[in-house]
Parts: sequence; C-alpha cells; structure tokens
Amino acid sequence: MAFYLAIKEFWRARGRFMLFSLVIALITVLVLFVAALGRGLSDANRQFIDKLDADVLVTQENADLVLTASRVSGQTLNEVRRIEGVQAAGLLAFSNASLLLPDGEDVDVSLVGIEPGQVGAPTLLEGSDLRNRYGNQLLLDENIARQAGVGVGDEVVLETIQGSETESFTLTVVGITDERQFFFAPSVYLPLYTWDKVKPQAEASARSSAPLGNIIAVQLAEGASADDVSARILARIDDVAVADKETVVSAQPGYTAQQGTVSAQRGFALVIGVLVVGGFFQIQTLQKVPQIGMLKAIGVRNRTVALSAFYQILIVTVVGVALGGLVTFLLALGIPPVVPLRFTFATIAAAVGSLMLIGPLGGMVSVRLAVRIEPLSAIAQGK
Amino acid sequence: MTYALQTEAVTKMYGQTGTSTLAVDAVSLAVSAGEFVALVGPSGSGKTTLLAMLAALLNPSEGRIRIDGQDLAAMNDKERTRFRGEKIGFTFQANNLLPYLTALENVELMLRLNGRLDTAGKARARGLLERLGLADRLNNLPSQLSGGQQQRVAIARALVHNPAVVLADEPTASLDTERAFQVVETFASLIHEQQRAGIMVTHDLRMVKYVDRVIHMVDGIIRNEVSDRQQIELLALTGSFEAAEQFALQSPGGLPGVLAQSLAAFALPGSH
Repeated sequence: MAFYLAIKEFWRARGRFMLFSLVIALITVLVLFVAALGRGLSDANRQFIDKLDADVLVTQENADLVLTASRVSGQTLNEVRRIEGVQAAGLLAFSNASLLLPDGEDVDVSLVGIEPGQVGAPTLLEGSDLRNRYGNQLLLDENIARQAGVGVGDEVVLETIQGSETESFTLTVVGITDERQFFFAPSVYLPLYTWDKVKPQAEASARSSAPLGNIIAVQLAEGASADDVSARILARIDDVAVADKETVVSAQPGYTAQQGTVSAQRGFALVIGVLVVGGFFQIQTLQKVPQIGMLKAIGVRNRTVALSAFYQILIVTVVGVALGGLVTFLLALGIPPVVPLRFTFATIAAAVGSLMLIGPLGGMVSVRLAVRIEPLSAIAQGK
Repeated sequence: MTYALQTEAVTKMYGQTGTSTLAVDAVSLAVSAGEFVALVGPSGSGKTTLLAMLAALLNPSEGRIRIDGQDLAAMNDKERTRFRGEKIGFTFQANNLLPYLTALENVELMLRLNGRLDTAGKARARGLLERLGLADRLNNLPSQLSGGQQQRVAIARALVHNPAVVLADEPTASLDTERAFQVVETFASLIHEQQRAGIMVTHDLRMVKYVDRVIHMVDGIIRNEVSDRQQIELLALTGSFEAAEQFALQSPGGLPGVLAQSLAAFALPGSH
C-alpha cells in the first residue's frame, strides 16, 4: 500500500520529482569529483612514499620530516645499516629536472637518486635495474614513457640548470617503472652519483665526492618491531628523526591542509544536499496536509503514510545518485589526465554511501510532519 | 432492533472545567441501515463536531457511540483507524481524492486498504462508477474531472467497501445548485439501494429533499427532528425552518392542517 502510493505519486508527478533527482544528481557529481580530486591529490602527494619498499624513514632531525629539507650522508646510512633489526637501508635523493619530449615539449619530472640494488628501487614493469652507481642510465615512469613514446634502450634528454646555464644530459632508458608521483611530478630514477651530476646546482661542475641524500629508507628485519628499531636509531645516531611512512606523508607541507580543504568541500556539498532535499520534501508535505489528513481519515495508517513518504525520498535519492554517477562517469572520460582525479572503488563507495544518506536525513523532518497530521483535519478544513 | 449507528448522550466539551464550552451536549440518536439522515444547523451548532465523533476521528468527552454494534470507546487509535477503513465510508467537502490516482484507482483505494482488491471488488468499483455516470471517466485523474464528477467518485469510494455507515461532510459545498441536487439524489438512492446508514452534514436545507430524516442541531443539542415526507419537502422548498413556519401560518388553507400544525410546533424548542 505504502509502496503503491509512493510509486503512483512519483510516476504521475515525475517532472517535479525528477527536478529534485536532478539536484541530487548535481550534488552527486560534485561530491564524486571532489572525492576523486581528493584521492588524486592525495596520490600525487604520497604515491611515492606509499609505494616505497621501506618500513620506516630516517630524516635529518630538525627537518620536521620534510623530505626535501632533510639532508643525510652516506656515513649516517652506514650507521643505520649497523643497527640491530635493520634488514637493509638505502639513500634516496630528490631533485627536479625537465625531460625533453621528442616533440620539443618538456615535462617537469622528479629526479630521484637511488643506490642501485638497495632499498628505494622501484618496481619494474619492463627492462632491468640500474646497474652501477655512475652509469648514464635511468628508469622512467610508465606514464611519461607512454607520453614521450620512448621504451627500454631509447635515449632521453634531461635538462637542468647548472650555475646560470641550462645543461642537457643524455641518458639511456634501461627500465620502465610503475606510476610513482613524487609531489605531482612523475619520477625518473638515476644512480645516486649520476643524480648528483645531473641535479640542478648553483655552481656548474660542483660535484661532491660522496653525495648527500635526503632520506634513508629502512627495511626492518623479520620480526623486528618498528618502535624498537626507531628507538635504537635515535639512541645511537645523532641528528636524525625516524618515522613511519604515514607520519612522513602527513608532515609534508600542505598535505594535511589540502586534504582538509577537500574534505570540507565534500562535507559542505553533502550538507547542502541534505538541506535542499529536506526543504523540498518539507514544502511538498506542507502542500499535501489536507490530502494526508483525508488519507488518515479514511483509514490509512500512520505507518503507511510515513513509509510512503520514505519510499519517495529513497526513490528520488537513488535515481539522483545513479544519474549523477552516470554523468560523472561520462565527464571523467573526457577529463585530461593532467587533472589529478582518481576514481577508486573505495572513494566512490564512500561518496555514494554518504550521498544515499542525503535523502533520508533531509526527509526525516517531512516524514515526522506527515506523521503528525491529524486525520480530523479532513473534516475541520474550511470551518 | 439493532441500529447501524447509535449514540447515547454523546457530549463534547472543549477547554478546561469551569471555562469549558459544550460543543455537543448529550446527543442521542440512532440510524438504521438503509436510512439517509441529514444533520443540519447553523455554524457552531455542533454538527461538524458530532460528525467527527461519529467518524471515530474525535473522542467524545462523555457518552457512547456504537457503529455496527461496536463501541468506539473500547478501541485504541490503531484499531479506530482500521475500523474507519473497514466500517465507515467518507466524502468530504474538499480534497476528497488523491490527485495522482485515477477515478477508478481512487475508488479501489478503499479495497486495497482492506486487502479486498479482488476481481469481485474491482468489478464493484467499476460498477459503482458506471452507476454514477462516470463510465467514460474511469481512467481520468481528478484534475480532469469537474467538481460534481469528483464528488461522485468520492461517493463511489465511500460505498465500495460495503461500510456500515456512510458519512458525508458538506458534499455539495463546492457545487452549483443543479449539480448539488444531482449528487445528493444519486447518493440517496445508493444509500437506499445498498442498505447503508447515511449521514450528511449540510448547511443547505434545500439538499434535505432526498433524505429520510432531518436532524436540526442548535447550540450542541438536537432542536428537532423531521421525518415526515411532506414536512421535509416543505423544508427543502423554503430552505429554512423559519420560512417553512411562516409559509405554513400564512396559507393555512393551502396546506393540510396537520402539516401547518406540525410546522408551527416545529419552531418550538424540544417539540419532538
């Protein structure tokens, strides 16, 4: 009975109801995009660290865990390696460069220096690892490789500022890695000493004999506790800080603020949705007061009236979210890959879940109103 | 004999003790199946309050109401709602029909409500609408029907589930005179045909033409009841108790003596 009334009214007044499904659809598009943007931004920020094959990271003590502000030496690395519970450790160095594409365009890339064969080496999709510490070799991010149209064995040109001049370095691609963005730029991996040569510097040819890295990536021995090992590192080595990957990600400048902004946007979109849907159903119920009074007078139960209102809210919400999802899908197909949007099952599920609450939350007031209408009003009207 | 509807000293009091108003004051009446009664009286006479109590929409302060042998006071809210759906048929002044259901669906609603929307029920709903001259309007929405047609759909809905009592609240309020007469006439004949107890509240005395009894309420009490056919006709013709009385006094020769006398007595309080 409740469902019958709900569906009949929905269908006969489908124009009116569709208008509100449309509002929910638009909110759905907004929420899904903001969620995807949040996820995309988050990935762009943290993907590198997330995928790093390390358990804890060691930075300079007063760098506040900011990767690019930290400096650690090869000597510190050796000390870390001697700590009990450390399985392996590798020095990682970060910088920036431009990668020249065959069509003359260039892309900004993150220049990552690693020690071949040590912790920090990425997963290879194709080709082989960096072989020696000085080789003119590099590993290329799969997206850049695709964009540039280069593969294993091809030569690519990196440009950096050396002193006041732009200098070009020609290196051979030996491997293609999976996607690992380091602060919004795709990563290019070089042997540490090559990295030291290529990285931008204030004075041309100012090479150091033992390059400094930014952080040390540490793999723990099996069964070793991260807390214990961290404590030992802090106790035995001066001027270092130790943290797990999650803590390091949150410590990067702007990360928390950015994610906070995105969450706030999503939250506000949902609140607006609740208010709009609530307002609509409230007004509609107010308009239907005499009708609902009549229904109750002729013997329709309160439960039926409430359920009918609830079903309508549910239908409007489901149709709206489905429509919004479809529109988002179509729009996402046309969005250029530069925009950091990332649709994952988890983000979509969370967004859809919260969207499905919009209707019932907003409609609660109107259901309550409908339940409180007196059947007597059917007779008392106009008197 | 058992009545379809019976009240014993039904009273409705509004407000606190001391400053209370008696809307309905110890009204006792009984209506049998197949009888069509008009409840008339000026505004504030208590007729609507009485109707609301008969409809199980309002609890009396005192007194007892029985419909189809069942005491309304013995029921809780849920039971009363169910009882209304099963035993009472309603037509209201306005907002009778669900705007999103067709004429036929509106009538079938009562059967659906009672879980009786079977083949026989469907045929009955269709038959009633046809009987009310709406054979070609079955699938029209209320907005596509005239006021009179809507009121007739409401009548079909009020009768389709075979209720014990049919209550009509100002069924002609929004209709022009001609349509109003048509609606009440059809209503009356269906009440008689189907042996329901019908009660119609109206402020328009002309509409009593088709009823079997007129109950005149003033200040919460029954001032008088008229069940004589000729008296009812005269009431309907003149449109007011006062005019009917004067008419009877001025032309005693033109009317049977009995009628003149009874009309003279009619205006006196408590004459029945």
